[in-house]
Amino acid sequence: MHESTVTRRTSRSHKLFAMLAIAGSLSLTAQAQAETTVHAVMHAALRALDPVASSATIARNYGYMVYDTLIGLDGNNQLQPQMADWTVSDDGLSYTFTLRDGLLWHDGTPVTSRDCVASLKRWGVFDTGGKLLMANVDSLQAVNDKQFVLKLARPFGDVLELIAKPSSVAPFIMPEQVASAAPGEPLANHIGSGPFRFVDAEFQPGVKAVFEKFADYQPRSEAPSGTAGSKQVYVDRVEWINMPDMQTTVNAINSGDIDYIERTPFDLLPLLEGNPEITSEVLDKLGMQTLGRMNFLQPPFDDLRIRRAALLAIKQKDVLAALVGDPRYYQLCGSVFGCNTAQSSEVGAETLIKDGDLGEAQRLLKEAGYQNTPVVILQPSDVGTLAPQPMVVAQQLRKAGFNVELKQMDWQTLVSQRASKKSPAEGGWNMMFTNFAVDSIWSPAVNPTLIATGNDDAWFGWPKDERMEQLRSEFSLSTDPAQRKSLSAAVQKEAMDQVIVVPLGQFQNVTSWRNELSDIVQGTVTAFWGMKKAD
Amino acid sequence: MFSYFIRRLLTAIPVMLVVALSVFLLLRLSPGDPATIIAGDMANPEQVANIRRALGLDEPILTQFLLWIGNLLQGDLGTSLISQTTVSSMIAQRLEPTVSLALAAILITVLIAVPLGVIAAWRQGSWIDNLVMSVSVVGFSVPVFVIAYLLIQVFAIELRWLPVQGFRGLDKGLGEFLSRLILPALTLSSVYIALIARMTRASMLEVLREDYIRTARAKGLSQRVVLFRHALRNAAVPILTVVGAGFAMMVSGVVVTESVFNIPGLGRLIVDAVLARDYPVIQALILLTAGLYVVINLLIDLSYAITDPRIRY
Repeated sequence: MHESTVTRRTSRSHKLFAMLAIAGSLSLTAQAQAETTVHAVMHAALRALDPVASSATIARNYGYMVYDTLIGLDGNNQLQPQMADWTVSDDGLSYTFTLRDGLLWHDGTPVTSRDCVASLKRWGVFDTGGKLLMANVDSLQAVNDKQFVLKLARPFGDVLELIAKPSSVAPFIMPEQVASAAPGEPLANHIGSGPFRFVDAEFQPGVKAVFEKFADYQPRSEAPSGTAGSKQVYVDRVEWINMPDMQTTVNAINSGDIDYIERTPFDLLPLLEGNPEITSEVLDKLGMQTLGRMNFLQPPFDDLRIRRAALLAIKQKDVLAALVGDPRYYQLCGSVFGCNTAQSSEVGAETLIKDGDLGEAQRLLKEAGYQNTPVVILQPSDVGTLAPQPMVVAQQLRKAGFNVELKQMDWQTLVSQRASKKSPAEGGWNMMFTNFAVDSIWSPAVNPTLIATGNDDAWFGWPKDERMEQLRSEFSLSTDPAQRKSLSAAVQKEAMDQVIVVPLGQFQNVTSWRNELSDIVQGTVTAFWGMKKAD
Repeated sequence: MFSYFIRRLLTAIPVMLVVALSVFLLLRLSPGDPATIIAGDMANPEQVANIRRALGLDEPILTQFLLWIGNLLQGDLGTSLISQTTVSSMIAQRLEPTVSLALAAILITVLIAVPLGVIAAWRQGSWIDNLVMSVSVVGFSVPVFVIAYLLIQVFAIELRWLPVQGFRGLDKGLGEFLSRLILPALTLSSVYIALIARMTRASMLEVLREDYIRTARAKGLSQRVVLFRHALRNAAVPILTVVGAGFAMMVSGVVVTESVFNIPGLGRLIVDAVLARDYPVIQALILLTAGLYVVINLLIDLSYAITDPRIRY
């Protein structure tokens, strides 16, 4: 009797679950027949919708969905025409850009050269590289609807490289009336000319962002490669879903709820590598650089000898082991421009990429008369890829004789506190860490940590070094590749001599996707064009 | 009762004003800057300052407060500093998941906890009483996320009966709606089942010792009638208080459950807003929560009069 009751109840519960499952699957089937949707969990939630005002990587990724760029960078980091082709005058001072045919805004109106001029001018207000370029521009004017001319006031080496750079920030082309708004004003709309149309009505900041295929997008004929080539879209919709819990994200891809994880946490990777339905790969071979920055305004790091002692105490290997763990996904790299880039050089970083030099660090610290001044290191405890570095470096500095105080806080408090120039006792700081995409630090012209004016246009820490500024200026004005390479090496050496920044190595993020997806485009930018999804 | 209702509503006005002033000042005095979120990690201090100026965050605090209060009095909750969408639309997007989850959880809680508490009190000292009390201790002690992961592992990953995560509105169909609500509602109700079962038991034990219960039994009334009509009704006042407070807490934010099941509710909105220092969103949500507590407390007080005829306003 009891057994039959249990069986009947179990049977009822099965029926209930089955009915729910059928109802759910019926609606999903209907949806699947109507359209192909890729559900992707990105590394961060999309909230701010201005990819030029924001240097956040998620804003950059959004920018590449909705907008397009004049020039692309292929998988080998070579410049390729994207929206426009170009010619350069014999004296190297005049660049004429010609838009390709068929470029349309998402509202159906044609893209014109006036839109490009306004967009480049706006980008020149926000971006470090853009500012540098605009400081050397004599005029930027539309010739007709298809052509515009950029005239330099003096020879400048990086015109095309800066316009092609994917981060941070890329010069996305926006409609003239949007790009002409005063800097800092919110964008009037989110109309772009990129391969996807942003669906404003379905945008839930911090939760979900929806993109639909832009049916009238005219892709290039070349194969997709990096941010260059064809941006043909083969799916109807892409939904970026924000999941605050990474374990849930892994469960969701294993169960088929989502298709794609942009950055798989290293510690959860084994849970996916054992699943034959899922592929995990590095798409951005350059990856990220993790780095440390000292505050030049406050003791003890206002003293060069003490900065050098700290540099000698630091070992990259320990930092990367704690941060990534799996040696397949990190490399020792002492270059301030990241490794495997055109300007890469590791001069002056020898101890960093070996085992440090604790004895020399201790000697130098003693020679400098270090008075046990506390070194306040900021640690963001809520960001998994930034929490280990402060702990490891703090321990290495302690071994050298530093009196280190770790201050734990959330990332937002940290980014506010790092803006303080006051002493650590009054809310300031001595050292902090962050990660930058290598494609945003690849040259002396664009790497923000190398700006050494000592003013607010320098990145937090405010180094002041006239020789560095001189070298950066010479690099920007140089057009000779050999001379540029030699100047980059000099910048690297100066950065290490003055301890302007402490490169802590390079690591790659691992992207995971269900095998229903194919033709994933490799490169520094997360691309949803070219991607196909099987039924 | 109507004049009592109006009186209580009027007393809510100074409460809301104090909350508004406090939250505004606390936010401005705490560290953090929304301009840094918008600018991103690579921006220099000059770029951050430009954005702060454009957002009006460099204005004196009094000016900012008067502007906010002025807009609030006209029903304008403001615009998110980060996403530039209206706060009212952001809250509207999050209300359905949160209210659905809270209602489902409170329904499960009441349906399970109240009968368990009544039975435990009725059979005080028996194995069933001990079992209910033991289970409620477990419900209190095991963290919500552990229960959540266990339910996901069993019902979503092993048995594949229910989805792992997400929320679908009623417009997507009842099946989709319910299938994604069951696990989070069960998870969320676990703590409240423990709490309300114990509360019901304690309250019932007190009432069951009253003379009128002995009289009812002496009249020959059935146990069911004695327990549920006579005893439970009189024991209901503290139970209603806890149920009401529990509902208010669920609506005002159940961050862990929402995060583990990826439900885009108000709890996650307020945490995201706090982490991003999105002042207008935080201010609006705290005011909303305060208003909700005022209304729910008022409704609970009014419900006393319905369950207990001795209470009159």
